[in-house]
Amino acid sequence: MIPASFDYLRPSTLDEALTMLAEAGEDAKVLAGGHSLLPLLRLRLAYPAALVDVGRVAELRGVADRGDHVYIGATTTHDEVVHSPIVKEHCPLVALATATVADPAVRHRGTFGGSLAHADPAGDLPSVAVALDMEFVVHSPTGRRTVPASGFFLDYLESALEPGEILAGVRVPKLGPGWGFHYEKFHRTAQAWATVGVAVAVRRSNGTVEEARVGLTNMGPIPVRASGVEEAVRGAEAGESLREAAGRADEGTDPPADLHAQPDYRRHLARVLTHRALLSAAAHPTG
Amino acid sequence: MTEQIKEREALGGAEVGRARRRKEDARLITGRTQWTDNIQLPGMLHVAFLRSPMAHARITRVDASGALARPGVVAAFSGADLAGEQGSLPCAWPVTEDIVIPDHPPMAVDEVRYVGEAVACVVAIDRYAAADALEAVEIDYEPLDPVLDMTEALKEGSPKVHEAGNKSFTWKFAEGDIDAAFRDAPVVIDRTYVQQRLIPSAMEPRAVVAQTDGDQFTLHSSTQIPHILRVMLALTTGIPEHKLRVIAPDVGGGFGSKLQVTAEEVLCLLLTRRMGKPVKWTESRSEGNLTVHHGRDQLQHIRLAAESDGRVRAVQVDLLADMGAYLMLVTPGIPLLGAFMYSGIYKMDAYDFTCTGVFTTKMPTDAYRGAGRPEATYAIERVMDELAAEIGVDPMEVRRRNWIEHSEFPYTTICNLTYDSGNYEAATERALALFGYDKLRAEQADRRERRDPVQLGIGISTYTEMCGLAPSRVLGSLSYGAGGWEHADVRMLPTGKVEVVTGTSPHGQGHETAWSQIVADSLGVPYEDVAVLHGDTATSHKGMDTYGSRSLAVGGIAVVRACDKVKEKARHVAAHLLEASPDDVEFSEGRFQVRGTGASRTIQEIALATFAAHDLPDGFEPRLDASATFDPDSFSFPHGTHLCAVEVDTETGATAIRSYVAVDDVGAVVNPLIVEGQVHGGIAQGIAQALFEEAVYDVDGNLLTTTMADYLLPSAADLPSFVTDRTETPATTNPLGVKGVGEAGTIASTPAVVNAIVDALRPYGVHDVRMPCTPERVWRTLRSREEESA
Repeated sequence: MIPASFDYLRPSTLDEALTMLAEAGEDAKVLAGGHSLLPLLRLRLAYPAALVDVGRVAELRGVADRGDHVYIGATTTHDEVVHSPIVKEHCPLVALATATVADPAVRHRGTFGGSLAHADPAGDLPSVAVALDMEFVVHSPTGRRTVPASGFFLDYLESALEPGEILAGVRVPKLGPGWGFHYEKFHRTAQAWATVGVAVAVRRSNGTVEEARVGLTNMGPIPVRASGVEEAVRGAEAGESLREAAGRADEGTDPPADLHAQPDYRRHLARVLTHRALLSAAAHPTG
Repeated sequence: MTEQIKEREALGGAEVGRARRRKEDARLITGRTQWTDNIQLPGMLHVAFLRSPMAHARITRVDASGALARPGVVAAFSGADLAGEQGSLPCAWPVTEDIVIPDHPPMAVDEVRYVGEAVACVVAIDRYAAADALEAVEIDYEPLDPVLDMTEALKEGSPKVHEAGNKSFTWKFAEGDIDAAFRDAPVVIDRTYVQQRLIPSAMEPRAVVAQTDGDQFTLHSSTQIPHILRVMLALTTGIPEHKLRVIAPDVGGGFGSKLQVTAEEVLCLLLTRRMGKPVKWTESRSEGNLTVHHGRDQLQHIRLAAESDGRVRAVQVDLLADMGAYLMLVTPGIPLLGAFMYSGIYKMDAYDFTCTGVFTTKMPTDAYRGAGRPEATYAIERVMDELAAEIGVDPMEVRRRNWIEHSEFPYTTICNLTYDSGNYEAATERALALFGYDKLRAEQADRRERRDPVQLGIGISTYTEMCGLAPSRVLGSLSYGAGGWEHADVRMLPTGKVEVVTGTSPHGQGHETAWSQIVADSLGVPYEDVAVLHGDTATSHKGMDTYGSRSLAVGGIAVVRACDKVKEKARHVAAHLLEASPDDVEFSEGRFQVRGTGASRTIQEIALATFAAHDLPDGFEPRLDASATFDPDSFSFPHGTHLCAVEVDTETGATAIRSYVAVDDVGAVVNPLIVEGQVHGGIAQGIAQALFEEAVYDVDGNLLTTTMADYLLPSAADLPSFVTDRTETPATTNPLGVKGVGEAGTIASTPAVVNAIVDALRPYGVHDVRMPCTPERVWRTLRSREEESA
């Protein structure tokens, strides 16, 4: 990698990190696992004056059970998330989706918060965040604020994080019993980003779908909820009506065109994959 | 396979045939070796190239002075600055008398013709400073129209890549009466296939270190061809050949992409000559995707005439081959390497081949694993499946009706190649058994019956190819600029150890191991006592390097012959010392023994005696060493049967390979582990063409696939576990009976996979899917069929 030159700063506490970030000014970037940022540096698409490496800030890392929600520290690696008993028990959809992120090498360095803060709609975690209504805990030199997932992703690679702010962690609400989950990812190679992904949580009772949450990966500049599907499946029998409901998956989406798929194909995939995800989630209620 | 390896090991002693782990791997895998980029020299400067962002433009102004003001920058040059000395990059294969070979300046001077062409360079104290300063170089371009489509390029009024026009050459070959064969033919299959453009992706990027010491020059390069490179660089730069040493240190893969004389190699030599200091250049992956020569990119129009029972009468091929913007080292010859392989393993009465080389404003194409043969094999194996579908016969049966039978070897094909040996029946029988062909056909029928959204397809590839490049006289008849011989020196050192100098130049194939096995068996010395030297023109004086699956089939034979000479010399010395007639001295397992007596000397003792030279036969020159140069009489012809089963999800268009069986016949095997590795890697690379890889240029001529996120390479996670086996029908044209294995897997697997996909989709009216068969492409193909039938 031959990036443009930058200053490298490595704080050991969150306060120190915030101070360094403030002092470094608007051209500074936060570095965690580096798996989104470093490619941009390599391609010289980003020219940060300074990198604040939060990799050794202990308080940003780890998973905790906080009663009504699970707290995942921003620099917790994907691998740690996948193997966390707390995550597996209380938010299995997070574990399922995270397990599909890139490859083992990336999952051992890439971080949960870094991936979300990058706000790439092709990433696997943003769609899960909106499906589960996660909350983003954001620190700045002047204090702390909480941003709901529905307000965190503003545009392609653009989040609600202001200059000087650091994403400290994410609260994942516990959904409680009766829910089934599935993350359906369609990609061309194991390491490739999702062409389309569908994150689904379904609550079933007596053969009927009571409630569903459906998040779509790479179907627009930001991750979106397939609200048409959610509406259509409510109270539906867990059978053929799911296919019909899934037919609304691409409503209101604005899928991108790239080398791997044109928008009409992505729309088609969203419908097919949503159906498959609903079937899987409805078939395997957990908790 | 594992059992087979154990079986061979149990035979004991014999090195050839043993599944030895490669002796070079420890240093290659840990990277603690002389990769070119690892080389550090005192005072070394670093070069970065500014590359054209335009596919086609006139350069109206270059001002590199801004870069000179940047920190760490030592010099900056434009093409005009170097125009007087940079010469033209060579093309060594003028395939026709009237071929157009345009001038190819290493750095563009007046005009750029592809995105990525070097237009200026910065030399600085480190790589970072050099890269940073590129942005300070100012260049003005006057845009010209890009030329991107071969068919359009040949039309009157098309914008021109070069003043002489967009056609480089038309090359023809014909045998038999093609018109008679097609006249009244009961079956004619007419298809057009697209061989998409590919980007060779060696693990080690290209890298160059050039240094000078007065009038002596040394070039380290991550190249496959140190010997050819030395000759060509001497001719291009004017540096006298005897003042130029070329070293290919350990090289991390090439796949043909390092069979080249590159702009960067020439320019680094010029820069070190100008500046008197060592210079280094290492490409980034994205720079490599833009400027390593590309592969394939042909439009194949193939017609096949057959009897109603499927017996083939004739094949006619009309090929457009995209040369890119310039002709590089063997660019025009690549399609010709395939010209003689369109008949595959089949008998026919007539064959007609025409190839037109076309210029476009894209990166030049050149050799890529298989080079011409994968294209030919793809077309004939695809069209044999189409023939089978047309007449309603199982595709394997159609092949049986047409292939050369074992009893018919040696057989001279319609393309005038004499296949010395082969046993298509045996390889096929073994493959069918391992694959479970009949059972899979039954499952396929069941899924079709049930209209399963996931359909099963079976693909066959009964391929052959030509290896062992090449008989020099044949290369001469095809107007290639060099020969195809190979050289080896074998020398026994005073202590009984052996040094082998080979003219082949490994870049991952395991020559050090395989050559050691051959020498250990031949001279009866321990495997560990053999060292193999290669890749440095100061130690390896003669050689033709490594490409075209030639190393073992040509270079290995040179090693065998040099060993034979060493033994013959040693036998005379042994006879002299043992006071016997040379005719009475026998050699076995490293020991010379007088027949009928216990008197003997080891070959190591003879080596020492020839060093001391105290008591040698009259006229015998000291030291036990010999050289041999081998020029093959003929090519070798590996073959095999590959079978692929795919599951195609008709809802998403996704293809999953369910099973893959490869039974290859590469002749005798020196090291089964190395052969396995070549087969596995080769299959992966062929599957990659079928399903994943494609270099894409946009309408303005910008390459869109500059990173591995866009140019998809499969990893182990995307590939099935291959089932491999071998039959061994020795080549009759060399003493080892070897044929070559470097390209076989790549040649065989692409048509096997695409045949399987098309087979899965035939009930939907599909008879082709353009490569790579991406999910989207499969889905669109299915959708267009639905719309047609609706």
